[in-house]
Amino acid sequence: MWSGRQARFRPLACGVEELRRRRREREAALRKARREQHLVSKRLLREDAEGPCAAELLREVEVQQFLRLAQSGTDEKEREKALVSLRRGLQHPETQQTFIRLEGSVRTLVGLLTSNRALLQLEAARCLHELSHSEQSAVAEACLPATSYLLTYLSGHSSDFIELCLYTLGNLIVESEAVRKQLLPQGIVPALAACIQSPYVAVLEALGYVLSQLLQAKEAPEKIIPSILDSTLPQHMLRLMQPGPKLNLGVAVEFAWCLHYITCSQVNNAVLITHGALATLVLLLLDLAGTVQRVDDAGLELLACPVLRCLSNLLAEVPVESEGEEMQLRDERVMAALFILLQFFLQKQPSLLPEGLWLLNNLTANSPTFCTSLLSLDLLEPLLQLLPLSNVVCILVLTVLCNVAEKGPAYCQRLWPGPLLSCVLNTLTLSDTEVVGQSLELLQLLFLYQPEAIQDFLQQSGLQALEQHQEEAQLRDRIRALQQTAIHA
Amino acid sequence: MGMCSGTSTCKTCLLRCPRLRRSPWNVCGLSRDASFPRVPEFTCQVAGCCQVFAALEDYQHHYHMLHANTCSLCSRAFPSGHLLDIHILEWHDSLFQILAQRQDMYQCLVEGCLEKFKTSQDRKDHMVRFHLYPADFRFDKPKTSRGPAMPVAADLLARALQDDGAAMEVCSEPTALPPCTRTYNHRIPSTVCFGQGATRGFKSSKKKNKHH
Repeated sequence: MWSGRQARFRPLACGVEELRRRRREREAALRKARREQHLVSKRLLREDAEGPCAAELLREVEVQQFLRLAQSGTDEKEREKALVSLRRGLQHPETQQTFIRLEGSVRTLVGLLTSNRALLQLEAARCLHELSHSEQSAVAEACLPATSYLLTYLSGHSSDFIELCLYTLGNLIVESEAVRKQLLPQGIVPALAACIQSPYVAVLEALGYVLSQLLQAKEAPEKIIPSILDSTLPQHMLRLMQPGPKLNLGVAVEFAWCLHYITCSQVNNAVLITHGALATLVLLLLDLAGTVQRVDDAGLELLACPVLRCLSNLLAEVPVESEGEEMQLRDERVMAALFILLQFFLQKQPSLLPEGLWLLNNLTANSPTFCTSLLSLDLLEPLLQLLPLSNVVCILVLTVLCNVAEKGPAYCQRLWPGPLLSCVLNTLTLSDTEVVGQSLELLQLLFLYQPEAIQDFLQQSGLQALEQHQEEAQLRDRIRALQQTAIHA
Repeated sequence: MGMCSGTSTCKTCLLRCPRLRRSPWNVCGLSRDASFPRVPEFTCQVAGCCQVFAALEDYQHHYHMLHANTCSLCSRAFPSGHLLDIHILEWHDSLFQILAQRQDMYQCLVEGCLEKFKTSQDRKDHMVRFHLYPADFRFDKPKTSRGPAMPVAADLLARALQDDGAAMEVCSEPTALPPCTRTYNHRIPSTVCFGQGATRGFKSSKKKNKHH
């Protein structure tokens, strides 16, 4: 398969792998740019050597001509050229409209798609692919007659063709509910379950794309996710996310996001857990932490984000302590890995700090073991350092500290004496009600299990800090209670 | 206008992001001739196929589509091993015909569906109604009055391979083929009769074109 203009400049001996590598590099660059939100539009600009005028508007009579030539021309080359010209024209939205309004046009195209002429078939598939790029659902729906064939071809052998069919299907899925409604009874889930066993990375990435678009459909929780959970897709997805020498980052990213869409739908997360999702995610978390220390790859957060979210969501449904030996044995490493990732986010992607802290919260909420790890690995100070970053981060950090504190005196003794108290007093000076509220909760726990801290609190002008907020309706009662406790100590 | 090999959705943004369209490559319209190194033209090595290629990728695609899953008995090409297996079972397996008289043998072509049917028409009805497949699905042509593979001469085979775009018309009349005597393949004993009756043809249902 070609990769556009870059193909022109490569040496003759260059193979498909080189093209793919260049495409990956381009995509990584595009992802980076997109993260920086330079690309606002739905479509990324095409790197087109021929410039935007390459897709010239075709008139109806020209479309008809090309179609006729492609279908019944006598010379093979002529037929191909006609289809290529049609395909180029179909890059233009208006030509797409012209095409779908022509009687019999889609039927002819599908006929060519299913013909015995391989090259015509390929070009016809490319035409369909162009149509799939349309943002008009009418154009996507015009492609409905082709879907059964696109699905059938997924069990073929030509990996490039399969990749093309997958991307076409994925694009159509995005655009039209009518397409999705047809694809499900046509057997897209079993077709994908068979296709996911392909060894080709490009096919797997494309499949990940299709799956993620299916899973993001608004009707997914009721109509799509149950059948996906019933299929072998979850097991294969987890297999493709296993860290190790065979892990492919692009593929893992796609399926990690698919897993996220499934878990946050909450249709049946228990099934995922029985397939070993937690174990895989933990291994991946550890692997990520190792990788960010070694490699300066900005693309890693694309994997880190869904992994954090999946873990957090699954843990919320399953009490950590009941996870058996596996989790217990790993607890220290999970904690360490998470903090390594938090440091990474701090430097490279601060927007992911709340995600990491949310996982930390879900880990520590019901597990004394994880709270112990946090303390024994001396992770308190790095945690406190995050307090001033933002209100959202501050609240999460305070919540985690509350999780630790409420485990009892043994834990609070590790929280004070130490830098924690002055940090909390600092947060009391902030105006955000939620931040202050969480700080008050922490103080309550600390005073309860570690009364010696109260003296320190008073000496650091804690009462004055409290007074700032005593008029606040939501905080009034708690402030009064704390004031009473402090005074009577 | 941009079409491109792009990334997927913006994934680190916490807001719901618009979905991007994707291509496996940049379909910016460069001609294949310009993009691929030329090799000396070569012919497909499969007996009877005289297609010529100048690029390996083209040959690869041709081979996969036309020869990888081809029935050696009647030269029909199928897109997958699954469909080929079903074809061989239903068209070239005499035991199948016998069993089919007693139990439901025609399996649904959709992978993952375990339904079986008494006749191929019933199967077709199921695929149309339940799986929303087109009534003229290319890979579900019933056996025609043409009978099994004729002794194939090279030019006949070439003709068969030319049966293409018009294939959407699921006609059973062998009007495209040169007139010749219909003989049975020598490998099949004369006592076994193929086909479901010489007069049975496929009622081509002219589909209404709903797509404009």
